[in-house]
Amino acid sequence: MARQMSGAKMVVQALRDQGVDTVFGYPGGAVLPIYDEIFQQNDIRHILVRHEQAAVHAAEGYARSTGKPGVALVTSGPGATNAVTGLTDALMDSIPLIVLSGQVPTFMIGTDGFQEADTVGITRPCTKHNWLVQDTEDLPRLLHAAFHVATSGRPGPVLVDIPKDVQFATGTYTAKPKASEFRYQPPVKGDMEEITELVAALETAKKPVFYTGGGVINSGPAASQLLRELVEATGAPITSTLMGLGAYPASGDKWLGMLGMHGLYEANMAMHDCDLMICVGARFDDRITGRTDAFSPHSVKAHIDIDPSSINKIIHVDFPIVGDVAHVLEDLLRVWKARGRKMDREALAKWWQKIEGWKTKNCLAYKNSETVIKPQYALERLEALTKGMDRYITTEVGQHQMWAAQFLHFDDPNRWMTSGGLGTMGYGFPASVGVQQAHPGALVVNVAGEASWLMNMQEMGTAMQYGLPVKQFILNNERLGMVRQWQQLLHGERYSSSWSESLPDFVKLAEAFGAKGIQCSDPADLDDAIMEMINYDGPVIFDCLVEKHENCFPMIPSGKAHNEMLLGDASTEGAIQAGGAVLV
Amino acid sequence: MNALKLKKGSTSHSAYNLRPTFSDTIEQHTLAVVVDNEAGVLARVIGLFSGRGYNIESLTVAEVDHTGKRSRITIVTRGTPQVIEQIKAQLGRIVPVHQVNDLTVEGPTVERELALIKVAGDGDKRVEALRLADIFRAKVVDSTLTSFTFELTGTPDKIDAFAELMRPLGLAELARTGVAALSRGES
Repeated sequence: MARQMSGAKMVVQALRDQGVDTVFGYPGGAVLPIYDEIFQQNDIRHILVRHEQAAVHAAEGYARSTGKPGVALVTSGPGATNAVTGLTDALMDSIPLIVLSGQVPTFMIGTDGFQEADTVGITRPCTKHNWLVQDTEDLPRLLHAAFHVATSGRPGPVLVDIPKDVQFATGTYTAKPKASEFRYQPPVKGDMEEITELVAALETAKKPVFYTGGGVINSGPAASQLLRELVEATGAPITSTLMGLGAYPASGDKWLGMLGMHGLYEANMAMHDCDLMICVGARFDDRITGRTDAFSPHSVKAHIDIDPSSINKIIHVDFPIVGDVAHVLEDLLRVWKARGRKMDREALAKWWQKIEGWKTKNCLAYKNSETVIKPQYALERLEALTKGMDRYITTEVGQHQMWAAQFLHFDDPNRWMTSGGLGTMGYGFPASVGVQQAHPGALVVNVAGEASWLMNMQEMGTAMQYGLPVKQFILNNERLGMVRQWQQLLHGERYSSSWSESLPDFVKLAEAFGAKGIQCSDPADLDDAIMEMINYDGPVIFDCLVEKHENCFPMIPSGKAHNEMLLGDASTEGAIQAGGAVLV
Repeated sequence: MNALKLKKGSTSHSAYNLRPTFSDTIEQHTLAVVVDNEAGVLARVIGLFSGRGYNIESLTVAEVDHTGKRSRITIVTRGTPQVIEQIKAQLGRIVPVHQVNDLTVEGPTVERELALIKVAGDGDKRVEALRLADIFRAKVVDSTLTSFTFELTGTPDKIDAFAELMRPLGLAELARTGVAALSRGES
C-alpha cells in the first residue's frame, strides 16, 4: 500500500514494518525530524544513551541476545563518527545492525557545513554496506534493503545516512518487500557433493574434532540444535571459539572448552592432534590458529561458512562448504544417517582416552588465596551462584574477558556477548544495557575490568533512567591486566602506562548516579556480596578488588603452535621470541 | 554453489572451484566485475584493494548497461594464487557486485588498452616516429609542426613497446586507459 508521508515518518513506519520495538540513539540537529516522529508514537521505544558509541554497542547487545537486528539512531558529524567503533565491532563479529544517521541537507553536502562529515565515506570500510539517501522517494526502499542486507548471508552492520531535507520532504512510502524480491541473495545451501565427501571422511576419521564459532549462533537456534544432535550422534569432541560459546552446552560431555590463545589445553591439543577438523561457522582467526604453519599439521580440514571469503583465507581446507550452518548441518546429518550412521567407534574411544589424559593437566588450575580474591575465584563463585538463573553475560576486553570465557559456562546460545574480533574495551557496559532492555526480567551481568569499564561508564545514566538493573561486576586489579601481562612476558617487566591511577571510588560513583555500589576485597565475604548484587532490584556497580598481578593462563604465546602452550607462571621465561614479539 | 560462476579449476575440493593456494608464485590476473552503478561503488572496490593490501595494476570502469544501470570494472591485479582467490571472494561479497569473472582462469581473452602518446621533435626523429607509428598501426589524432599525438590500441605490452620506442624520439606525454577485456568465444 503506497502512502504519501514525510521522510521522517517513513523512517518510523519502516522500523515498525520491520518489527523493531527498540531504538538506541542520541538526538542532534540533523535527526530532529525523526525524533519528532518518534515522539508522536508509542510502538517503538527509544532508549537515550549517553554517547553514540554506546548506542551501537547497546544495539549489538540487543541483537546478539535476541537474534534480531539491532537499531541505532545518531545525528550527523560527531554522532556518526562516534558510532564508528561500534560499527567496526559489529562488522568484525558479524552482528546485524541498522544504524541510521542524520546528515546535513543535500544542498549543503560538501560545503563543510556545521556537523557535516562524509559519513558514508568514513563508514564504508566498517559497514557491510551503506547508503546516502539523496531523495525521499528512495528512502523506504533503502530502509527495507538495509534490514535485508544486515540480516542476510553473513550478518553485519548497515548504515543509512539521511540528509535533513530528505527527512522533511514528502514521498511515497512503499511497504516491506518479500525477502525474495531483493537481488542480494547469498546462497544458504551447501554443495551436496562436498557434504557427502565430508561425511565419508567423518565415517573413517580416527581423531575428529568439531571447531565451532559465532556463525552457529548467527545461523539461529536451529543451527545450535542441529550441532548438538550431530555431536551427540557422532560422539566426536567439540571445542568453540570465544564467539561460539553456548552453541553446544558447556555441560555436554563432548565439550572440550574454548580453544585458542587462552583456550583450554585439551581443546588446543585436540586441534593440534586431530586427523579431521570440522570448522563450523568460525574463521581461523589468529587468536585461534597461533602459528599458522604449525596449525594442526596432520589433519584433513573442512570449513562450513556462509562467507566464501573466509574459506582458504588463513588456512587451506580440504572440504570447503559455502552455506548457512543450519542448512549445511541438516544436510550433513541427513546424509550421515542415510549412509548408516557410521563412525570408527574403536578409534574414537582411543581418541577420547587421549583427550582425558590431556584433561588431567587441569589447565585452569590456579593458586587460590584466603586473604585476597583471585579473579578466577570471583568468576567461579559468580558461576556457582548464578547457575540455573535466566542469565546473560557481557564482558569488556582483557584478562577478565578470558577468565569469564574459561570459568563461566553457557548451556544456550545468545547468552554470551563479548567483543571478539575488534576487542573493544568499553563494549560490555552498553551491551549489557541493550541486553537488559531486550530481556527485562533476566539477570544481566557485565564482567568487566576497571579500565575497560571506565571507557563507557557514562551509561550509568542510561541504566538509571530506564530502570535497567544491569550488574557491573568489575574485577578491579588497578591494572590494564592483559597489557601488564604482555609487558611482563615480552617487555622486560617495564610496565609502561599499564596501571589505573586516580580510580574513582566505585561505591560512591554508583551512589552518585542513584545506583547501588558494593565493594568486596575479602574472599570470605564474596558469596554474600554477589548475592546482594543479584538480589538488588536496580543497577549495581560491584567493585571486586582482586589480586593485582594474576596472569591469564593457559596461553599460547604469539608465534607459537597449539602444542606449545604455557600452563602457568613457571614456564613463562623467554616464552616469546623476537619473531613473536611483533605479533599482537 | 558456484556463486561467482567461475569455471572449474584444478582442484575438486573448492568453494569457488579454487585452484591450489599453496603456491608462492606471483600471477597476474584480469578480473571483470559487474556492479550496480550506484554512488560509491568504485570507492568500495578501490577501498577493498587498499584496505587489504592488494595490488591494482590497472583499472577501468564505465557503465555498460544504461537501462539496468550496471557498470563493468576491469581490474588487472597481481598476487599469489591464494591472494587472487581472496580478491575474488572479497569482491564477490560487496553488496552491489553482481558477478566476478577471472578472465585469466576462464580461458582465452581479448585484452585491449587505448593510449594517447604525444611525441615532440623535428627532423629525422619526427619522420622516424611517424614511420614507427605506421608499423604499430597508431593513428595520428593531432599534429603540429613540432609534435604528433598518436592514438594506439592494443595489448598493454604493445603499448609499452611503442612508448619505449618513442622515448628517444621525444616522448612528451602518455595517457593510457587501462585494460578492457572480454573472454573469447560466444559466451
